[in-house]
Amino acid sequence: MHTLTAFAAALHTVPAAAIGPAGDTDLSGAGVYALAPALIVVPLLSAAVLLLLGRRTDRWGHWLGVLASGASFVAAAAVFLAMLGRPSDQRVIDVNLGDWINAGAFDLHAGIRVDPLSMTFVLLVTFVGTLIHVYSVAYMEHDTDRRRFFAYLNLFVAAMLTLVLANSYLLLFFGWEGVGLASYLLIGFWNHNTPYAVAAKKAFVANRVGDVGLVIALGLMFSHFGSVSFATVLNAHPSEGVATAIGLMLLLAACGKSAQFPLQSWLGDAMAGPTPVSALIHAATMVTAGVYLIVRSAPIFNAAPDAQLVVVVVGAITLLFGAIVGCAKDDIKKALAASTMSQIGYMILAAGLGPIGYVFAIFHLVTHGFFKAGMFLGAGSVMHGMDDQVDMRNFGGLGRYMKITYFTFMAGWLAILGIPPFSGYFSKDKIIEAAFVPQNGEDWRAWVFGGVALIGAGITAFYMSRLFFMTFEGQKRWSKKRDGGDQHPHEAPRLMTWPMIVLAFGSVFAGMILASGSRFVDWLEPVTGHTEGDPVLPTWVLIALTLAAVVVGLVLAWRRYAISTVPVVPPVGTLLTRAARVDLYQDSVNNGLLVEPGKHLTRSLVYADRAGVDGTVVGISRLPVGIGEVTRKIQTGFVRSYAASMLVGLVVLVVVVLAVQS
Amino acid sequence: MSLVNYLVLSAILFSLGATTVLLRRNAIIVFMGVELMLNASNLALVTFSRMHGNLTGQVLAFFVMVVAAAEVVVGLAVIIAIFRTRKSASVDDVNLLKS
Repeated sequence: MHTLTAFAAALHTVPAAAIGPAGDTDLSGAGVYALAPALIVVPLLSAAVLLLLGRRTDRWGHWLGVLASGASFVAAAAVFLAMLGRPSDQRVIDVNLGDWINAGAFDLHAGIRVDPLSMTFVLLVTFVGTLIHVYSVAYMEHDTDRRRFFAYLNLFVAAMLTLVLANSYLLLFFGWEGVGLASYLLIGFWNHNTPYAVAAKKAFVANRVGDVGLVIALGLMFSHFGSVSFATVLNAHPSEGVATAIGLMLLLAACGKSAQFPLQSWLGDAMAGPTPVSALIHAATMVTAGVYLIVRSAPIFNAAPDAQLVVVVVGAITLLFGAIVGCAKDDIKKALAASTMSQIGYMILAAGLGPIGYVFAIFHLVTHGFFKAGMFLGAGSVMHGMDDQVDMRNFGGLGRYMKITYFTFMAGWLAILGIPPFSGYFSKDKIIEAAFVPQNGEDWRAWVFGGVALIGAGITAFYMSRLFFMTFEGQKRWSKKRDGGDQHPHEAPRLMTWPMIVLAFGSVFAGMILASGSRFVDWLEPVTGHTEGDPVLPTWVLIALTLAAVVVGLVLAWRRYAISTVPVVPPVGTLLTRAARVDLYQDSVNNGLLVEPGKHLTRSLVYADRAGVDGTVVGISRLPVGIGEVTRKIQTGFVRSYAASMLVGLVVLVVVVLAVQS
Repeated sequence: MSLVNYLVLSAILFSLGATTVLLRRNAIIVFMGVELMLNASNLALVTFSRMHGNLTGQVLAFFVMVVAAAEVVVGLAVIIAIFRTRKSASVDDVNLLKS
């Protein structure tokens, strides 16, 4: 019943001017914003139908999933077009969904905020999501649980849209947990395989650590501002101390969700999920939610320079960390995962730079969503053609056998390298330039963070080229199939190649289209704000240096992995290589610092419970038993001894009575 | 002859009876010990009656005899019932209520 009233309330939109100078008095085109809740509801309903009806929907369930995601995209496009028709300072629309929580001082309305930032995400999620739904129809064709897979994918889309469309941190948290759940379910989709189930658990637990940060941030917001809605929190002008505390807690949340240092360890293992999941959740959308959170909370971070510095440092560490790990991984999906981690490091770094970087963080997020999703789908296509083999040392020369995969992957590869005019160039180069701008008049920051971003670009070029050459170029190093037959690599079916082609077009042109005439900057500026700054080096020098670093990385990879022989058995390697192969000992560190002490703590608590609490209770219960045990011995069962005791007792009694009387 | 002698005899008989009850295992002998104790107390009652010069003690002795007769009937019946089931008249064998 409550849901129905929420829907009724959604039918009349409430214009708001929470951000931006001017109030919204123009209601023309307001009707289309009533579609916004439908964006979330449609995939959610589809997921519910698929999960509740179960096997009865096996035959058509996957198409329902595609349809739901596609409908969401169409609705998003309609809202987007309506928004384009408005002046840029009237593009923040709050859609009220009714009273949600009303308890004492806490009065929260559930609502949706449609603004350029959330629309950017909505379009990315629904567009890439729909393509990946289509891809999955073919990719999961031989899986008996395909329907359940689509149910989870739809659930994910609904949760992700809730996350980005929420108009309060609490509703955002709702979506935040929803995507975590969907991620868990999808990583562990093949949970009959124990390591996969363990990987799912690991992702879930690492995310919980971050979630604690978000919960604490929610508490801080409520105690200081009395509300957790964007309208209040983002216009509150908090003191620097409060802003720093909230900012650091939000950063912790972002680290968990976006696999940033020090909570990065789950992302590599998350590749246990089916490849479309890796493409959608662990490359294009969910893992970038942390970037969204930081950019959305821009006013808080702007008021907390210390928190911003920590954000930049985390981003810088992660971008190098991911890049180094990516250089050593032989598993094609894990190499891509390391690359994702590194690229999100770029975004977090940009987001930490403040207004100078917010737009570019989101810009890189969008282009990355295209080219990384495209490359993951390409990796899925390679696995499809190579009997689910993922070890790149057993690939080689595949470009000749899978032309479409080869060219679409190449588009993504050139885009992530940042070769002009591919999309990555426009976004990553801007981040590097922004990193070279001195902050607070401190030149060292520009040199350190700019330098890290520049070196990262070079390493990115190396490991992505290594991945590309090892897979598609060089000699064939194919292993036998699992059933002992020879490998016959073949191109994937059309349902798989078309999404790859579309994403490849995105990888090639998205950057150019969005960057031309600073279109993307103008689009996001009303929400995030934007400033320009002067880098410590001239822009053309930075571009030249970046390209030089990229070319050096590319050539090094070409010499080692394309023209010389790649050993099928991995060589022992240097100390760094060996460290990078095991993710720079992240699991050992976590085990040593957290898991083992945690186990010891648990064991000692269990011991204290057994010895202390249980001991007391059991001790008390043993006391009457012991007393009974002793007194039982008196009851011998011999009539004569009873008679004797009676006689003795009587004599004693008589003696006592006589003694007392006399 | 002093009446105290009767009381001493009564005490001796009572002690003999009590000793029999406590030391013998055979239920019949134990029973005889009980009877001896009852009759010792009867002797004491009659003696006291004579001492005080009223008949209360003698009446009480009659009551004791009646009760003893009833008790003998029930007691012998119980002993026979036990002997039939357990082929033993030893009181130490009758310890089923223990543990």
